[in-house]
Amino acid sequence: MNNGHDQPRIGVYICHCGHNIAGTIDVAAVAKYVEGLPGVVVSRDYKYMCSEPGQELIQWDIKGHKLNRIVVASCSPLLHEHTFRNATEKGGINPFFFQMVNIREHNSWVHTDRAAATQKAKAQIHGAVRRVAGHRALETKKVAIHPDVLVVGGGIAGIHAAVTMANAGKKVYLVEREPSIGGHMAKFDKTFPTLDCAACILTPKMSSVGNHPNITLWTYSEVAKVDGFVGNYKVTVKRKPRYIIEDLCIGCQECITNCVYKEAKFPDEFNEGLGKRKPVYIPFAQATPQVVLIDPELCLNFKRGVLTDKCKKTCVEACADRKAIDFQQQEEIKEIQVGTVIVATGFKTFDAKRVPYYGYGKYQNVYTSLEVERLVNASGPTGGEVILRDGKKPQTVAIVHCVGSRDVNYHEYCSRVCCMYALKYGHLIHDKIGPEAVIHDFYIDLRCFGKGYEEFYRRCQEEGVHFIRGKPAQIECREGKLVLVGEDTLLGRLYRIPVDMVVLCAAMQARKDAEEVGRIFGVSRSRDGFFLEEHPKLAPLSTATDGVFLAGTCQAPRDVPDAVAQASGAAAKVLSLIVRGRVEIEPTISWIDPDICAGCQVCLGLCAYSAISFDERRKVSVVNEALCKGCGSCSGFCPSGAARSRHFDNRQIFSEIDGLFDAIHAVGR
Amino acid sequence: MQDFEPTVIAFVCNWCTYTAADLAGTARLVYAPSVRLIRIMCTGMLDAKYVIKAFLEGAEAVLVSGCRPGDCHYLNGNYKARRRVKLLKEILPHFGIVPERLKLTWIGASDGIEFAETVTRLAETARRLGPSEARRAMIL
Ligand code: FES
Repeated sequence: MNNGHDQPRIGVYICHCGHNIAGTIDVAAVAKYVEGLPGVVVSRDYKYMCSEPGQELIQWDIKGHKLNRIVVASCSPLLHEHTFRNATEKGGINPFFFQMVNIREHNSWVHTDRAAATQKAKAQIHGAVRRVAGHRALETKKVAIHPDVLVVGGGIAGIHAAVTMANAGKKVYLVEREPSIGGHMAKFDKTFPTLDCAACILTPKMSSVGNHPNITLWTYSEVAKVDGFVGNYKVTVKRKPRYIIEDLCIGCQECITNCVYKEAKFPDEFNEGLGKRKPVYIPFAQATPQVVLIDPELCLNFKRGVLTDKCKKTCVEACADRKAIDFQQQEEIKEIQVGTVIVATGFKTFDAKRVPYYGYGKYQNVYTSLEVERLVNASGPTGGEVILRDGKKPQTVAIVHCVGSRDVNYHEYCSRVCCMYALKYGHLIHDKIGPEAVIHDFYIDLRCFGKGYEEFYRRCQEEGVHFIRGKPAQIECREGKLVLVGEDTLLGRLYRIPVDMVVLCAAMQARKDAEEVGRIFGVSRSRDGFFLEEHPKLAPLSTATDGVFLAGTCQAPRDVPDAVAQASGAAAKVLSLIVRGRVEIEPTISWIDPDICAGCQVCLGLCAYSAISFDERRKVSVVNEALCKGCGSCSGFCPSGAARSRHFDNRQIFSEIDGLFDAIHAVGR
Repeated sequence: MQDFEPTVIAFVCNWCTYTAADLAGTARLVYAPSVRLIRIMCTGMLDAKYVIKAFLEGAEAVLVSGCRPGDCHYLNGNYKARRRVKLLKEILPHFGIVPERLKLTWIGASDGIEFAETVTRLAETARRLGPSEARRAMIL
């Protein structure tokens, strides 16, 4: 096949598009004008170029007239560039020896003056004829996809995605930062609106992750680095020391019972600090893996994280010949090869202390939503009884919506789940305290949009929850009672309502280190701080980096059903890539001519994809073809003209400009 | 001068403004036929030489238009274009070209109306400014 250095023999095809083009543009006159242009061998106008016979016409002419360049003037290339590239290729020449001219959307449909439109069409095609003469043959490369997958984050989204893919026979690495998978959902009591218990539906999923032959589960681990490109990622995972040899620990928890600390006395993270744990602990009963860990900050065998070996080590005695405890354990670095990545790193709850007028952290009976999840949970610190920090049982409870969300001072967005869990708390607290409990629900708007949600709202209304429209302006403490002050905007009246307990529905927000995590995976963030999808409507699971997908609340606030649906989608995306086996890499990317490159390295900073590296030996910049997306940021600026964009080369664009003006000189404007 | 029809060259990015121009077509919004589009993948690809070349060849106005800030298909190509256009505006007077003839806009893929209005306004500006200084100075 020729590479484009021979004499151009151009075929030009002008489409009538029925009346759409021919009604405004004198296509015959255009064809006649084009015929006389240098290099043009064939110039035809035809009713419908995109039809079978239209495409065959091109193929016949390529053979019959030995054409080596094709120009089609018809509709937008966004519609039919592919069609005609294929036709060109079928005719036997490289598909990039084709140029399309948009004389419909950009001409006949927007102009009414027939003469002017015709002249414009001539100029447009003239530009394309000049441009196509300088086109070069480009080959679409294919690279194989490594079939293994990395899932980052072991919340419900990550778990679901991992299990889905593992069940399809793919090898999955699931990396979780915490000592156990389960994420936020593991802390929940019941899930709205069906009120099925979260643990009952999550635990089987968690243990299927733990037992799955296709899943390698690394908890207490973090992804430190990702190199490579779609199909071929090299991932570095840091495994933090838990001072327990995972393979030897059988989860008997004898070490916990026998710890020198007889009483658990340290705040327990899983219970939001409402419960207590020992330095050696297992995060919660159903933790997966069932492996304990030692907190070097609290264990007496360490001093401020450094091993001193000064403790009696009753835990080691208790572990006996299982020998699972290893105080010498160090951080471990693992390197793995995967083809695709699903990021499911989840969210963080808004810090309610940031809203000083609600008194969280100051008044002990003001709780956050996550604390209440633990408080009403049968496996929680109070065994599911609603007992306040001061030991009393509350009789009146206020639930405040939108703390940190729908508030220009904190987050503008709606957190999406708070209305529903607020309703759920209303129901659960009624259930636990009894029908005499008085529950006030302070809302801005109630957003009950999902399946069965509105019905659940109704049910809570019937159960007697008082709904008050108007967020409190302030919460005060008066004679042992918390008093909510605000305006009921439906009645237009001020309220002062004393209660025993306040629940703040804290917003979901992006994790603090989202920016750093985003950088590792090449995912940017939207204005609200959450990870940015490729397209808000048509590509909600993929990201700007090929082969990296999003699932769950790292992308936006969402509830469990939505997170699971999204995780299934992300898994399907990954599987479809793996099944395809290969990805095509668009050849319309940049390259840097090593003979011209002066080694100034300006392009390195311009490239948004870190696709350019500097070859120290040859002292030139080099494009990594698999990472380059072809945006041309390098070629647009390269001071020496060494960086070029394939198919949008300087010479090609110059020729197009030349052609446009040549036509103006020839036929006027 | 009466029937002077200025040539407007528009360098538009494939993902946003080109699509907006397609939409203007679908909606049959009429604008001046002297507007000629050149498709580039991203405004970040815009070489300053393209703009200078267009002026020297006889364009009365040049539009550079890409995605809205934050929407660039390649993350931030449009910001790079903004810097290049700023430099160009400083250089153009040295070629005898009034900087007003060069315009940078962000027109999103769904803004067909905005596209038609923008090119119409730019064509009016060019009509008011008259034939290109570069051409009058007979550099051509
Ligand atoms: S893709 Fe439109 S400006 Fe970058």
